[in-house]
Amino acid sequence: MYEIVAFYLFSVLAIGLFLVTVMSKNVLYAMTSLAAGMVLISGFFFLLGADFLGVVQLVAYVGAIMALYSFAMMFFDATRDIKEKNTNPALVFLLGGLSAVVLVMMFAAPIHSDAIQALYPMHEGVGNAQDVGMVLFTKYLIPFEVAALMLLVAMIAGIILAGKKMDQSLTEDIGADDEILKQKDEK
Amino acid sequence: MENLVYIALFAPFVGSMFAALFGMSPKQTFVGIIASSLLFISFAASAVLAFHVYTTGTAIHVTMMEWISAGDLMIPFGFLVDQVSVTMMTVVTLVSTVVHIYSIGYMDHDKSFNRFFSYLSAFVFSMMILVMSDNFAGLFIGWEGVGVCSWLLIGFWYHKEDVAREKNPSISPSWAANEAFIVNRIAGLGMLIGIFIIYWNVGSLQYDVVFADLPNLSSSVLNAAALALFIGAMGKSAQFPLHTWLTDAMEGPTPVSALIHAATMVTAGVFLIIRANPIFSMTPEVSFFIAALGTFVAFFAASMALVNRDLKRIIAFSTLSQLGYMFAAAGLGAYWIALFHLAAHAFFKALLFLGAGNVMHAMDDELDIFKMGGLKKAMNWTYIYMGVASLALAGIPIFAGFFSKDAIIETAFNEGTYVLWAILVLTAGMTAFYSFRQVFLTFHGAKRYKDEIHPHEMYKFVLIAMAPLAILAVIAGFFMGGFQTFVTKLLPNYEMSHHTHELIVVLTAVVLVFAVGGIWLAYKKYANGLKRDEKLENSFLYKLLANQYYIPQFYEEFITKPYAMISEKMWKDIDMKIVDATVDGIAKFLYKSGDKARAMQTGNLSNYLNWMAVGGVLLLIVAAISAMLA
Amino acid sequence: MIGLSHYLIVSALIFSIGLIGVLRRRNLLMLFFATEVMLNAVNIAFAAISHYYNDLTGQMFAFFIIAIAASEVAVGLGLLIVLYKKYGTLNLDDFASMKG
Repeated sequence: MYEIVAFYLFSVLAIGLFLVTVMSKNVLYAMTSLAAGMVLISGFFFLLGADFLGVVQLVAYVGAIMALYSFAMMFFDATRDIKEKNTNPALVFLLGGLSAVVLVMMFAAPIHSDAIQALYPMHEGVGNAQDVGMVLFTKYLIPFEVAALMLLVAMIAGIILAGKKMDQSLTEDIGADDEILKQKDEK
Repeated sequence: MENLVYIALFAPFVGSMFAALFGMSPKQTFVGIIASSLLFISFAASAVLAFHVYTTGTAIHVTMMEWISAGDLMIPFGFLVDQVSVTMMTVVTLVSTVVHIYSIGYMDHDKSFNRFFSYLSAFVFSMMILVMSDNFAGLFIGWEGVGVCSWLLIGFWYHKEDVAREKNPSISPSWAANEAFIVNRIAGLGMLIGIFIIYWNVGSLQYDVVFADLPNLSSSVLNAAALALFIGAMGKSAQFPLHTWLTDAMEGPTPVSALIHAATMVTAGVFLIIRANPIFSMTPEVSFFIAALGTFVAFFAASMALVNRDLKRIIAFSTLSQLGYMFAAAGLGAYWIALFHLAAHAFFKALLFLGAGNVMHAMDDELDIFKMGGLKKAMNWTYIYMGVASLALAGIPIFAGFFSKDAIIETAFNEGTYVLWAILVLTAGMTAFYSFRQVFLTFHGAKRYKDEIHPHEMYKFVLIAMAPLAILAVIAGFFMGGFQTFVTKLLPNYEMSHHTHELIVVLTAVVLVFAVGGIWLAYKKYANGLKRDEKLENSFLYKLLANQYYIPQFYEEFITKPYAMISEKMWKDIDMKIVDATVDGIAKFLYKSGDKARAMQTGNLSNYLNWMAVGGVLLLIVAAISAMLA
Repeated sequence: MIGLSHYLIVSALIFSIGLIGVLRRRNLLMLFFATEVMLNAVNIAFAAISHYYNDLTGQMFAFFIIAIAASEVAVGLGLLIVLYKKYGTLNLDDFASMKG
């Protein structure tokens, strides 16, 4: 019973929060609702018994990635409303709605095939984290290492791309910086 | 012996390639000399082969390599040196050698001296392939090869302008070359169809296989094959109605006329009939048609030669006429007589042409015999040569033509085709008349040429080179008996019946009376100079003959012009409006669609994303639909 | 009872929301947010399938998707900063330098 309540609650909340993310003009609102949505997603994971994935979602997404976004946002001016000439809403909702309808139709249809066999079945009485660890470090060892390498590369790339000319302000013009320096001098 | 076959075949090819190396450079006498010596080597090899075949009586059959091998089709690159082909080889290489040497003198002042030798040797090579091949495919290759070389050589002076037909019936060398090539294309199609019929029904193109298999074929197939092959022969040997190109081909240099359009290439048709005699002897109707057509052409061409004023055209008409004789003999089954006349004719006709070349050379390329006369003093040797050749052509005893032509006329009598016989006898008289009309008008009487022309004799070496032909034109007839025993080992023998044998003196006498009568008439009319007869020249018959029965005009009006009109219509209406328009339309559509699609490239990433989403959603819908249908 | 379809439908809806965001937004940072939404939607689907088919493969894929998302954010944000330094804006309409 609590599963049904939780599912619908999470669903409604997640969809609502993501809608805010997509529609909001304010970056801060968008990012906050995105982070909240992520937490709810991890809720889904817990509901589905994927405990480890849920934890990773919280740590990596809500913790790391969102932190990265918030840092990035600080380089830009987050308090200002974003002025953008959004695409014709008719087209957007036509395409989005169409894809939603088609996808829902597809997923709502009963799945006929019974011949689906578990490649790496879960084991009874073994914790999810242990199960995942077994598979990840045996069958998926090489992809795992490659992913690690990829993250390293991404990190270095991020540092190098963002790290140049970090002494300059991105949001204020140079004249403002000079003014601040002048004020300092006056003191 | 095998090596000799290759030497005989490839020496002209080497000569041609060698001369081609210098094709663009100015005149180099040694090119001509080397080409001629290679030709002589080829002749020597042919002669040795002839002697070998004569003494041993066995044919030499070599297969150089496998040429075409596709599925059931197996055509080796093989050569057959038997009695028939070795005769042709010897004749061809002998005449070619003489003509090559002659050309060194004749083409002396021509800018394209080297190119000329390249073409000429290439022609001999093609001709050798034609006669030596042991299958119809090789024959066809040679057939087309000589056609190409003939085209190149007729149009050798391609830079000459087109003129009106009234001024020059050939219009221009390039026109004449194209005419020859196109007419031969039509005939070549017939020949190709014949070859296809043979392959279709026999499954092979080798002569021996085909001839061995003939009894198994139905008569309709045989008739179709024989007729189709004869159409090919008609084109190459310029038989009516495909004859117009031969006289126009006289636009080429005179050695070319001597070699190709008198002695060798035009006899290829006769050679084909002789070579394929098993087919033709099994189709009496087609053979009789050949004989009848040959007789008709003999008379028809001789009649046109009676009034023509162009030195070379007269000889060309006489070539046509003599080819008619050969076809008559071949059609009546006297293949060896046809081959003998072919060889004899090659000698005296080449001699006649080369003599005409000397006259042209002396007269600054003047060809109208009404504007010559009295050249006897200045050109004594040429006079003798042309006289000898004309006597041989007219069929005066002891000269070569007497034996061969007489034998053909007797054959016509022997076969009981008295109409053909009568026509051939009459034609013999006309032949004598026109050949001596030409000789007398050229060499006798008072001079009618302009004063600034100073006729002079040809170079000595040229005259010496012509001597073998002159000697052969005189003595070739004496070898008739030996020739008969030689070639009838391969060809069906043909003997006169007992009845004909008894009458032979009378028959010969009748022919002789006509021949001598013709000469006498020519002497009476022309030996003491030209007396123009206005009334005769304005008569309908004279005009009809002088205009070649208006056949060239007829072709022009009813074939060339309508064809040009249709082509123009096709080009403007079908090609431009449908074919080109379709192609242009495709191009325009691509341009337009590209131009329109360019608008998509706004450079705005957001637009691109929209397009991507459109594509993604479309794919999704397709996937959904296909999943539903599955 | 909550079945697989329920999760998948939620996932599809969230994915469509992400798609709408991608289509609608012109600000690069917001575009990144929309992409994250889509990635998360897919993760839900993977986890749900993993659960209902009793198979760990789906979870594995979800892990790798998270890893990819993390690297994408790291590099993408670096690029955004460079772009911002160069143009002073993150609005896509201002980058139309590839107009054909």
